[in-house]
Amino acid sequence: MNKNTTVQEIHTQEHEGSLIAYTIGFILSIGLTLIAYFIVVHHVLSGWGLLSVILELAVAQLIVQLVFFLHLGNRKSHWNIMAFVFMLIVLLIIVIGSIWIMKNLNYNMATPIQTDNAVQKGESAQPVL
Amino acid sequence: MSLLGKLSLQAIPHDPITLGGAVSMVVGVIGIMAALTYFKKWKWLWREWLTSVDPKKIGVMYIAVATVMLLRGIGDALLMRGQQAVSVGASHGYLNSDHFQQIFSAHGTIMIFFVAMGFMFGLINLIVPLQIGNRDVAFPFLNAASFWLFASGMVLINLSLMVGEFSAAGWLAYPPLSELKYSPGVGVDYWIWALQIGGVGSLLSGVNFLVTILKMRAPGMTLMKMPVFLWSVLGAMVLVIFAFPILTATLALLFLDRSLGMHFFTSDFGGNPMMYVNLIWAWGHPEVYILILPAFGIFSEVVPTFSRKRLFGYTSMVWAIWAIVFLSFIVWLHHFFTMGAGADVNAFFGIMTMIISIPTGVKVFNWLFTMYRGRISFTTPMLWFLGFVCTFTIGGMAGVLMALPPADFQLHNSLFLVAHFHTMIVGGVLFGYFAGVSYWFPKVFGFKLNEPLGKIAFWFWTIGFAVAFIPLYILGLMGATRRLDHYDASMGWQWLFIIAAVGVALVFVGISFQILQLIVSIVQRKHNLDTTGDAWGGRTLEWATTSPPPLYNFAVIPEVHERDAFWEMKHSKTAAKKPIYEDIEMPKNTPLAMYIAACAFIFGFATIWHILWLAVLGLLGVITCIIIRVSDDNTEYVITAAELQKMDEAAKA
Repeated sequence: MNKNTTVQEIHTQEHEGSLIAYTIGFILSIGLTLIAYFIVVHHVLSGWGLLSVILELAVAQLIVQLVFFLHLGNRKSHWNIMAFVFMLIVLLIIVIGSIWIMKNLNYNMATPIQTDNAVQKGESAQPVL
Repeated sequence: MSLLGKLSLQAIPHDPITLGGAVSMVVGVIGIMAALTYFKKWKWLWREWLTSVDPKKIGVMYIAVATVMLLRGIGDALLMRGQQAVSVGASHGYLNSDHFQQIFSAHGTIMIFFVAMGFMFGLINLIVPLQIGNRDVAFPFLNAASFWLFASGMVLINLSLMVGEFSAAGWLAYPPLSELKYSPGVGVDYWIWALQIGGVGSLLSGVNFLVTILKMRAPGMTLMKMPVFLWSVLGAMVLVIFAFPILTATLALLFLDRSLGMHFFTSDFGGNPMMYVNLIWAWGHPEVYILILPAFGIFSEVVPTFSRKRLFGYTSMVWAIWAIVFLSFIVWLHHFFTMGAGADVNAFFGIMTMIISIPTGVKVFNWLFTMYRGRISFTTPMLWFLGFVCTFTIGGMAGVLMALPPADFQLHNSLFLVAHFHTMIVGGVLFGYFAGVSYWFPKVFGFKLNEPLGKIAFWFWTIGFAVAFIPLYILGLMGATRRLDHYDASMGWQWLFIIAAVGVALVFVGISFQILQLIVSIVQRKHNLDTTGDAWGGRTLEWATTSPPPLYNFAVIPEVHERDAFWEMKHSKTAAKKPIYEDIEMPKNTPLAMYIAACAFIFGFATIWHILWLAVLGLLGVITCIIIRVSDDNTEYVITAAELQKMDEAAKA
C-alpha cells in the first residue's frame, strides 16, 4: 500500500465494475426473474419441481448480483470472499441453531393436546415424557 | 390522534426521587451552559469539538459521555443496593417496586450501551489511527456521525427520566412483559429507540474501524506485525458487524409488536416470546466479547510496556482472539438453559461455553509469562491489570461453573449470576478501559495523570468491588434471586445486603478519587508534562509522535519493519532519515454529523410518543442531511508540504 492511501483511493481501487459488467449483471438479473415468472404464469411445472426451480433461479440471481454489483470475487480483494464466507457461516449457525433450539424447547413442555387432556380429566398439566 | 400524540403534562414525573434526579440533571445542563456563556467558550466548543471529525477529538467526547453515564449508572447502583439493605420485613424502603424496576433496567442498559461501549469506542478512536501509523480513520465523517448517534441514544435514555418513564422490563426487555399488554407506557419504547439509534452508531463504527485497520496500515505493517490491540479491535469490530444487525432486527420486531399490533413475540396468535430470548442472546453473547476483546488488547499493550519485555506468545494471542470471535457465536443458549430445551441442546452449548474459556485462559497465561522475569514497574495501568487478573479469574471460574446446565438450573437468575457477570464486566471490561485511559492519557493530552491518586482510586475500586460482589455470590447460593426490591426478614439475607451496599459506596469513593485525580492532574499539569511523546517507554507506533499528537498525527507516515515498531525505531543503530514532506489532505470540520443525529433523535422521540408528523419530519431531516453531505465535493483541505514542515519543525523544537 502506498504512503498516503486516502479513502478516495481505496474507493477507486475497489470499484472496477465497468458499465459493461453492470449491464451484463442487469440483463442476467432481469432474465432470471422473467424465467421464474413465465414458469409460474404458464404452469410449466408444479409442486416440488416448481418450488426447487424457483429456488435455484433465486440463488442464481443472488450470485449474479453478488458478482456483478457487489464485485465479489474481485481478484484484488480476497477480503470480500473471506467476509462473505464468514457471514454465511454465522448466518447458518444462527438460523440452524435457532431452529434446533426452538424445536427442542418443547422437550420439557406438555404439548397443547396433552395439556387439554389433562385439564379435561381434572389432572395437573405435568409434562409427559 | 392529537397533535402531540401521547405526550401531555402528565409525562412530567411526580415521584420525589425521580423528580430530584430530573431536576439535578436539568440544573447540571443549565450550569454547564451558563459556564460556557460566562467564559465565552461557545465558539471554541463549536469549532474545536462539536463540529470536529478528528478521531482524537471524537474519542475524547466518547469518553466524556461514558464518564457522565458512569456517574448515572453508579447512582442507580447506590439506590438499588441502599433499597435492598433497608427494605426487609415490615420496612419497604424508599423505592416503590415500579420505580425499582425502572432503576435496574436503566442501570443495565446505561452501563452496557453508554458506559462500556462509550469507553470502548472512545479508546479505539484515540489509539487505532495512531497505532496503524496513519492520519485518520477510513471514513472520518461517518465516524463523527457514529459518535453523534451514540450521543443521541444517550440523551434519549436520560430524557426518559424527565419526560415520561423508563422501561421496567429489565435491561433486555423480555416479552411478554415488554409487550404492550403488560408495559403499556412509553418506557419500553424509550428503551427500544435509545438502543436502535445508538446501535446504528455502533454498527457504522464497526464498519469504519474494520476498513481502517484492514486498509490503512502504515507501509510494512503486515497483519502479523500489528500490535495485539489492533488485532483485538479487529476481532471486536467483526463481532459488531455480525451481531448488531441481529439486535436491530429483534428490536424492530418488538417495536412492530408494540406499535402496529403484530404478534412476533406475544404469547398468542402464533407469537413466541422464547424466540425473542433466543434472538436477543444471539446478539447478546457476542456483545460481551465485543466489550472484553479491546480490554484484552489494552492489557496486551500495557503488560509488555511495564514489564520491559516483548509480549509472550504473540501468535497464540492472535489465534486466541479469533477462536473467541468464532466461538462467541455458538454459546448463546447458555443464557437460557432453563427455558426448556432438552439435554442435547443444553449439553452442546454447555460444552461450547467451557471451550470458549480456553482461549481466554491462554491469554491470561500469556500476560503472566510476559511479566515473568520482566522489569515490572507498578504504575496505575499495571495495577489495573493485576486487579483484573484476580477478579477476572474468579469471575471466569464462576462462569465455567455455570456452564454446567445442572448447576445453572440452581443458579439461574440468582444473585450468583449477577455477581458473575459484574465480575466479568467490571473486573474485566471496565478495569481494562481504566488501564487504557491512564496508559494513553499522556498521549492524548500531553501530561500524565496523577499517580498516587490513581492508585488510591484503584484500591477503593478493587476492594469496594470485592466487598460489593462477594456477598452476592453467597446470597445467590442462599437462593436470593436478582431484582428483588423487598424480602422477608426470616431469610437472613439483610447483613449480606448491607455489606454489599457498603461495597458499592466504596466503589463510589473510588470514582470520586478518579474525578479528583483528573482535576488535580489538570491543575498540576506543568509537573507531569510528557515532552518526549514516549511517556512510558512504549513499544508501538502511537508513541512515535508528539504528545498530544498534531492534527495530522504523523508529519511523515512511518515505515514498519518489526512487530514492536517504535521499540525497534528507538533501538536501531541507523540514524533517522531526513523527513521528506508531502502535501496532505485533511477532512474539514462539519456540523452535518451532529444534525443527522439530532434529526434521528427527533425521529426517535416522536416515534416513542406517537407524534406521526414529527417522526416524518425527523426522518426527512436525516435523509436531507445525508444528501447535502454526499453532494458536497469540497470536504477536504490541503496542508502543503511547506506548511507541514514548518509545523513539524516547530513541534519538534
